[in-house]
Amino acid sequence: MTVTAAFFYLFATLTIASGFMVIASRNPVQSVLFLILAFVNAAGLFLMMGAEFLAMILVIVYVGAVAVLFLFVTMMLDVDFAELRQGFLQYLPVGALIGVVFLLELILVIGAYVIDPGLVRTPMVPIPPTSVMTNTEALGHVLYTRYFFFFQAAGLILLVAMIGAIVLTLRERVGVKRQNIARQNARTPETAVEVRKVPFRQGI
Amino acid sequence: MELGDILLSVAIMLGKSVLMLVALLIFIAYALLADRKIWAAVQLRRGPNVVGPWGLFQSFADLLKFVFKEPVIPAPANKAMFLLAPLVMCTLALAAWAVIPLNAGWAIADINVGILYIFAISSLGVYGVIMGGWASNSKYPFLGALRSAAQMVSYEVSIGFIIVTVLMCAGTLNLTKIVEAQNSSLGILGWYWLPLFPMFVVFFISALAETNRPPFDLPEAESELVAGYMVEYSSTPYLLFMLGEYVAMMTMCALGTIMFLGGWLSPIPFAPFTWVPGVIWFILKASFLFFLFAMAKAMVPRYRYDQLMRLGWKVFLPLSLAMVIIVAAALMVTGRAPGMV
Repeated sequence: MTVTAAFFYLFATLTIASGFMVIASRNPVQSVLFLILAFVNAAGLFLMMGAEFLAMILVIVYVGAVAVLFLFVTMMLDVDFAELRQGFLQYLPVGALIGVVFLLELILVIGAYVIDPGLVRTPMVPIPPTSVMTNTEALGHVLYTRYFFFFQAAGLILLVAMIGAIVLTLRERVGVKRQNIARQNARTPETAVEVRKVPFRQGI
Repeated sequence: MELGDILLSVAIMLGKSVLMLVALLIFIAYALLADRKIWAAVQLRRGPNVVGPWGLFQSFADLLKFVFKEPVIPAPANKAMFLLAPLVMCTLALAAWAVIPLNAGWAIADINVGILYIFAISSLGVYGVIMGGWASNSKYPFLGALRSAAQMVSYEVSIGFIIVTVLMCAGTLNLTKIVEAQNSSLGILGWYWLPLFPMFVVFFISALAETNRPPFDLPEAESELVAGYMVEYSSTPYLLFMLGEYVAMMTMCALGTIMFLGGWLSPIPFAPFTWVPGVIWFILKASFLFFLFAMAKAMVPRYRYDQLMRLGWKVFLPLSLAMVIIVAAALMVTGRAPGMV
């Protein structure tokens, strides 16, 4: 039990510390790298709760793909740090509002725990227990039966977002020579090369 | 658990890890030599043949040379990240070997989601490249890092779908159970390379792209980018990059062995062949895949960048997506899907 607690506090502390560093560090690239550290530690917390599938998916999707794209974009930014500082007061009200909302949510959760500790702990026990079914199977069982339509709807929303992004960025330029791979591959020696007898000293 | 039990289990785990690490690194040293020898043989050269008999100690000589050189850190580089990048690359590549079962029950950690773990760790490998390229604060490394980021993200998608097809046939995410699912009286014909042959080919090519191997070594294309993201690196940091790359390659070979070539199973399932220890079969199969990697390097010219992207997104992605549906349908129709009620 003490080992579990030690690892919990290690991951939790690192998650919070790197979460703080995301907003505190001056360089956006370092911010993204701290975000990645936060994701990895959150995956560690998932693992400790026995949610191994969620932990691995978190690492694959967020760290392996989403954060790579973040890093990709921030690396190419030419950031003027003085200009960033100027906007601070302008964004303060919005930031403060979000902060207050999070604070209220935290107070509600902690309040519920203080009033009735059993209430908060109930949903943390996986149903069915992990000894009966691995949690990958358990997730599949509810995702593809009970929540099938929600799952499909989520997929459709992502598809719409993807098509929207492609439509917005696609532009058809005229007068550009494009490589037609299918046509190139379809060429044979007969269609590509012409063999001619050239008369001596006359050329074609 | 008492403190003594905890310490004992930690000590056993450490012992296993160190044993695996040492065996893996020695194997990598000779894989590197084999890579150079095969490359040389294809080009009718002798290859490294000076250090030791037939050049057998060449890799160790290289190691000493790298370690004793002076590490040069460029003045405009971000020093901390510059040194962190090769460490990240090498550590992550080695971490994947924690779950790989070399024989029945020989994995250091036999976890339920082993294949997802390997997929996750290998998708993190790109960070070493990006961090190295960015921290060098120089043009060619930066371009190399950008190329690598786009390339690795693209080919991960098709590798993901290939893994899904194998999972549907095996019905589990555990690496040991995936190998056991291929165990049948048919031997070599019962492994997944035969029913999933198109996926095996796509996996091999995607693995080449994922590990930045020729013909997809655009992040370090010497004719355009000098050495890509490794331009500014020297001595031990360079060695770590190099090591990380070869370890990642062996991981892909091991993954291919587990998913398609039946892991530690004997190809011919009766007496004299089943007496051979499983780990020998495993090493032979992984070496065979590595030989294919080396031959691809020696024989195939480098792809152009747009061709690489086209292959990943327009050929492999639709193909592997279609195969997921075809395999699922085939399993449904024949009633062979594992766990089907």
